[in-house]
Amino acid sequence: MISEVVRVPLAVGEDFVIEKNSIGQGEKRVCVVTGTHGDELEGQYVAWRLAALLQQESSHLRGRVDIYPALNPLGISTMTRGMPLCDLDMNRTFPGDLQGAMSEYVAARLIEDIANADLCIDIHASNIFLRELPQVRINENTAPSLVPLARHLNMDLIWIHSAATVLESTLAHSLNTLGTPTLVVEMGIGMRVSPDYGEQLLTGILSLLSHLGMWDAPVMPVAPPIVSSDGAVFFVNADVPGLFFPSSDHHTRVTEGQELGVIADPLTGKVRQRLCSPTTGLLFTLREYPVVYEGSLIARILGGSQ
Amino acid sequence: MKEKVLFTLQTPYRKPLQVKGWYFGNPEEKTLAVMGALRGNEIQQMFLCSQLIQALAKLEEQGALSPDCGIVVVPCANQFSMNVGRRFWAADNTDINRMFPGYDGGETTQRIAARIFSALTGYAYGIHVASLYLPGDCIPHIRIMETGYQRPEDAEGFGLPYTLLRKPRPYDTTTLNYNWQIWNTQAFSLYASETDDLDPVAAQLGVEAILRFLAGKGFCRSVVGPGEATSLHHEENLINILSPVGGLLVHRLPLGAMVDAGDLLACILDPCTGQVLEQLFAPVFGRIFFRHRSRLIHGHDVAFRILKGNDPGVE
Repeated sequence: MISEVVRVPLAVGEDFVIEKNSIGQGEKRVCVVTGTHGDELEGQYVAWRLAALLQQESSHLRGRVDIYPALNPLGISTMTRGMPLCDLDMNRTFPGDLQGAMSEYVAARLIEDIANADLCIDIHASNIFLRELPQVRINENTAPSLVPLARHLNMDLIWIHSAATVLESTLAHSLNTLGTPTLVVEMGIGMRVSPDYGEQLLTGILSLLSHLGMWDAPVMPVAPPIVSSDGAVFFVNADVPGLFFPSSDHHTRVTEGQELGVIADPLTGKVRQRLCSPTTGLLFTLREYPVVYEGSLIARILGGSQ
Repeated sequence: MKEKVLFTLQTPYRKPLQVKGWYFGNPEEKTLAVMGALRGNEIQQMFLCSQLIQALAKLEEQGALSPDCGIVVVPCANQFSMNVGRRFWAADNTDINRMFPGYDGGETTQRIAARIFSALTGYAYGIHVASLYLPGDCIPHIRIMETGYQRPEDAEGFGLPYTLLRKPRPYDTTTLNYNWQIWNTQAFSLYASETDDLDPVAAQLGVEAILRFLAGKGFCRSVVGPGEATSLHHEENLINILSPVGGLLVHRLPLGAMVDAGDLLACILDPCTGQVLEQLFAPVFGRIFFRHRSRLIHGHDVAFRILKGNDPGVE
C-alpha cells in the first residue's frame, strides 16, 4: 500500500510529498529508507528490487516492510545533494521540529513515522567523488547492539567510527537515540547505480528479515564482514591540485608503498604527485571524480585486512 | 595597516587562492579578529569588513589605537566560490562554516577552516560577520552561543539594540563562533541585515558597533556615539510565523515594525490567480525581527520572526 508520510504545499501549483510503500502485515516492522541525499541513487535500485520481490513473495513475509525510496524527492529530481529550497544537508536536520521551518518539519514527520519500528536500514551511496565498498557504518556508542544485526546485511565491511557531536543531527543517530535500531549502509558512488552492490544488499536485507523472524523462505548464506574501528583505517589525501588517474583497482588488496595513482598536470604534461599506500590492506574507498584539490580524499585503506 | 597573505591554496584550473588579512595596531597583541565572508554569497559581510578596514586605517593613522591593541580583519576567505556565484565551496558544495576548527590533514574545506582558525586563534575577542541560513532580512544584532564560556554582558559594548543568546545545536559545533568560544576567544556573530546585496546603512551600523566595542574596552579613541541600550534575549523569545500555504508573499509591514497581536503582517496570494489564500497575523505583541525575503513562499517556510514583548531592557 502506498501512502503519504508528509505533504507540504510549494509556492506554485505543486506539493512536496514523501511517500512510502508498506508491504505485508504483522506486529514486526522494518523500514528501508533512502534518497536523503539527492545525488545518491544506489538505494533506488534496492528499493525497486525489494518492493518487487516482497510483493511477489508476500506469502513468506511475516510482518511489515515500509520502503521509503525518496526522503528528499526535490533533491533527487534536480540532481542536488541537499534540499534545493534551503541548500541544507537533510541529514543534518534530524530529529527536526514539528513547529519549525519546512526542513525541520519534514524531518520531524519522518522521525514520527519511522520511530518504533523494529529496525531501520538507511541506505546511502557515496557522493560523486568516491567509490565505496559496500559497508555498514556504526557509531561506537551503538556498536554493541548494532554490530550483531549488521553482520547479517551481507556487506563487506562494518566500520565502527568514533562519535562526533555534529553527527547527532543525522537520521540514524536520532532513531537510535529513540530506541529504533538503525543501520547506515554506504556503497557505490553518487549519481550512478551499481546493480551488483544492490543485489548484494538485497540478499542481506532478506537475511536480516529472516534473522528477525520476518521472512520464512530460504535465503542465500551471507559472507562474514570485516569489522573495523577507526584505528585501522588509513586516509590518503591529495597534497596538490590536478587530475587524479588511478593505477590500483578499487576493492583490491594493496601493499605498503604500492602506487595508488598519480595527480597529473594537463597543462605541463607533468606528474605533480605520486600517491602510494601508507599500509598493506584493503583499498575500500577510491577517488572516482578526477579533478582534485589540495586535501581531496583519494583513498581509504583498511590496514592489515586479508 | 599591514596586508598579509594568511595562506594560499593551489587550484587545478584557476590561479592560487590567496586569503588575506589586514592588520592594525600592535603586531604583538591579539586583541580582536574579525572574519567576513566564508560563503560565496556573503557580499554584505565582505563589504562591512572593507568599510571597517577603511575606518581602522584612519584611526591608526591618527594614532587613535591604544598601544596594547592588535586587530586583524579578514574580509573574504571564499572568492573561489564568490567569483562564480556559488554559495558554498564551488568544488564540492561544502560549507567552510561547518568545518571548524578544521583539520589540516583533511579534505579541502577542512584544511581551509584549519588555516583560518590557526590565523585567528588566540585573540581575546572574535567577531564573525555572519549571514542567516534562512532566506530573508533581519534587524542588525549580535548573536552569542551559549557554550558555557560566553560573557553576554560584553555585547552591551556594541551599542546595538539586540543581543540574542543561542543554545548550540549539534551542527553549530563546527562553526567559527562556537570554536572560538571553546578556544578561549570571546566570540560574537554580527548580523548586518543583508547577505547577497549591499545595505550601506546596516554596514555602517555594524562598523560603528565594532568601533564602539573597541573604544569601550579602551583599545581605541571613541569616534562614534554611545549607541543604544542593548536588550538581551534568548533565541526562544523569537516567535516563528510559518506560512501554512505556498504562494506569493506580499508584505504589509516593514522589517523592524512594532506589532500588536492580530496585526496583519502579510498576505499570501495564489501565484496564478492573485486570490488571497492566507493572511498572516502577528500572534503576539513585539517587533518584526526577521522577514522572509523571497516573494515566492512555500508551506512551512518561516515568513516572519517576531521578537516578543517590549524593548529595550534585559529579558
